[in-house]
Amino acid sequence: VSAVANPDVNTGAAIACQPVIVGAGPAGVRAAEALVAAGLRPIVLDEAPRAGGQIYRQPPPGFKRPKSALYGSEHRKADGVHRTMDALAGRIDYHPQALVWHNEGKVLDVLIDGETRAIPYSHLILATGATDRVLPFPGWLTPGVYTLGGSQVALKYQGCAIGADVVFAGTGPLLYLVAYQYARAGARVRAVLDTSRMADHLAGVGGMLRAPGLLAKGLYYMGWLRAHGVPIHNGIRPVRVLGEDRVAGIVWRDARGRERQIACDAVGYGLALRSETQLASLAGCHFDFNTQDRAWLPARDRAGRSSVSGVYVAGDGAGIAGADAAELAGERAGLALVEDLGLKVDAARMQDLDKRLADIGRVRQALERTFPFPTDWAESVADDLVVCRCEEITAGALRAAVTNDGARELNRVKALTRIGMGRCQGRMCGAGATELLAHALKVGPEEVGRLRAQPPVKPFPIRVMSGGKP
Amino acid sequence: MSLLKRLADVERAPVAFVLDGQPCDALQGDTVLTAVLTHGERLRQSEFSGRPRAGFCMMGACQDCWVKTEDGRRLRACSTFIESGMRVVTTLDAAVGDATAAWPEGDA
Repeated sequence: VSAVANPDVNTGAAIACQPVIVGAGPAGVRAAEALVAAGLRPIVLDEAPRAGGQIYRQPPPGFKRPKSALYGSEHRKADGVHRTMDALAGRIDYHPQALVWHNEGKVLDVLIDGETRAIPYSHLILATGATDRVLPFPGWLTPGVYTLGGSQVALKYQGCAIGADVVFAGTGPLLYLVAYQYARAGARVRAVLDTSRMADHLAGVGGMLRAPGLLAKGLYYMGWLRAHGVPIHNGIRPVRVLGEDRVAGIVWRDARGRERQIACDAVGYGLALRSETQLASLAGCHFDFNTQDRAWLPARDRAGRSSVSGVYVAGDGAGIAGADAAELAGERAGLALVEDLGLKVDAARMQDLDKRLADIGRVRQALERTFPFPTDWAESVADDLVVCRCEEITAGALRAAVTNDGARELNRVKALTRIGMGRCQGRMCGAGATELLAHALKVGPEEVGRLRAQPPVKPFPIRVMSGGKP
Repeated sequence: MSLLKRLADVERAPVAFVLDGQPCDALQGDTVLTAVLTHGERLRQSEFSGRPRAGFCMMGACQDCWVKTEDGRRLRACSTFIESGMRVVTTLDAAVGDATAAWPEGDA
């Protein structure tokens, strides 16, 4: 296979064909499968110890719950992804626990086993997934507040609940799923606080009928929670977390504007998901603002080709569409890569994938109508709210950058305030900073720019950089 | 009081470690985050406000859960497994070695 010449060599010397896939979730695994089926041998780099991504994350060895307990209704899909990855052993070069921290000049810098290595590629499929999207509110730094995805990771990966008496707040399909999973696992779920209104849910039902299975699951979780005495409140806004050194409760404003509170020792919180796009940014991919995700995403064609030749994006890292779409998009990007090498591909299969991805795209629109982003958040934020959890930078500091320094763009605000410059590189504060800046300037979020990625995209011990073991 | 509550998969081998000088038992396959927060209520203190922190995203993105060890190493608690004899420190003023980290520092 290494004899296959890279057809778009523009770096001078001819390099052997070496495809690399970043991420071993549903998209990365299906991409690897497609490349192997075409006779290629990709390198697969993944941060986790075992394949599956976040959605199908596998617990460490020694955990015994069956997959039906870990993944519920999705356990067959999870098992399919895991088995596919297992079957690829020996036909791919798989590096688990590998942190890709830079991407420049068709070379990845990767931390593996405490040492950083340069891995050149001819083709790159970025299947980097997503994390929870959050908008800060008072008390969000208190121990016991976790993201919805994090709450789920604690349960499926470690067999732990984030607390004994848990409130789940925010919006999106994950809100109800995690609440259901916690209650089923024996945690006391004190309430589900959904920022979306009943009217939003009703408005979304029509579109959700395109995906009757998904709709039925969502209605089942809601019905099960109500039947088991879990109060569900819609149209809420989180006001503050109570407690100093740990969570003691949560205050929210209900749909009628009244402040209410409930005692709890943990809060799971999230507002749908945000894509991990740093490696596409460092590759120089062109980004477009996506109004549905309310975020900048790498521009791509239907198959996942980015604006940079030889770089492909697939799965939630290319735009939020969920695990089923990620499997399809991973395979689709893999087939695009094979096609771009001039190798034979199954045209009918590609058309089928395109059609199914388009169908899921329409369901995604209905989901967004059902669980809309709370666009009124910025106006409710007091100046003393800490927006950046890394360096505890406040909304007031950001607003001062606008009022006093005339900042009109996110990277300028970053330079002035350090928002987005801390350890998380804007992963946790980026959505909030964007909303605050747009609100302060009275423009849309697409008008304030995009936080540029900086290497290393995640921190690691500095002794590694100087060549020693950490 | 612990922050996290174990609900399942508790029949694993114990792993002895030390948390702020106190001997503790974790379970084989626990992350450092799980090991610490099934005993205590924080992983670290913020170097800005001194306030306690206990992680947030659990998936290696938020970088809220970096802890120190007595020998000056820094570990991301959600993605590092507990090891026998590990000595974890959650206080801000604890003596640590020269192990600063390569935090991303770009000019914007």
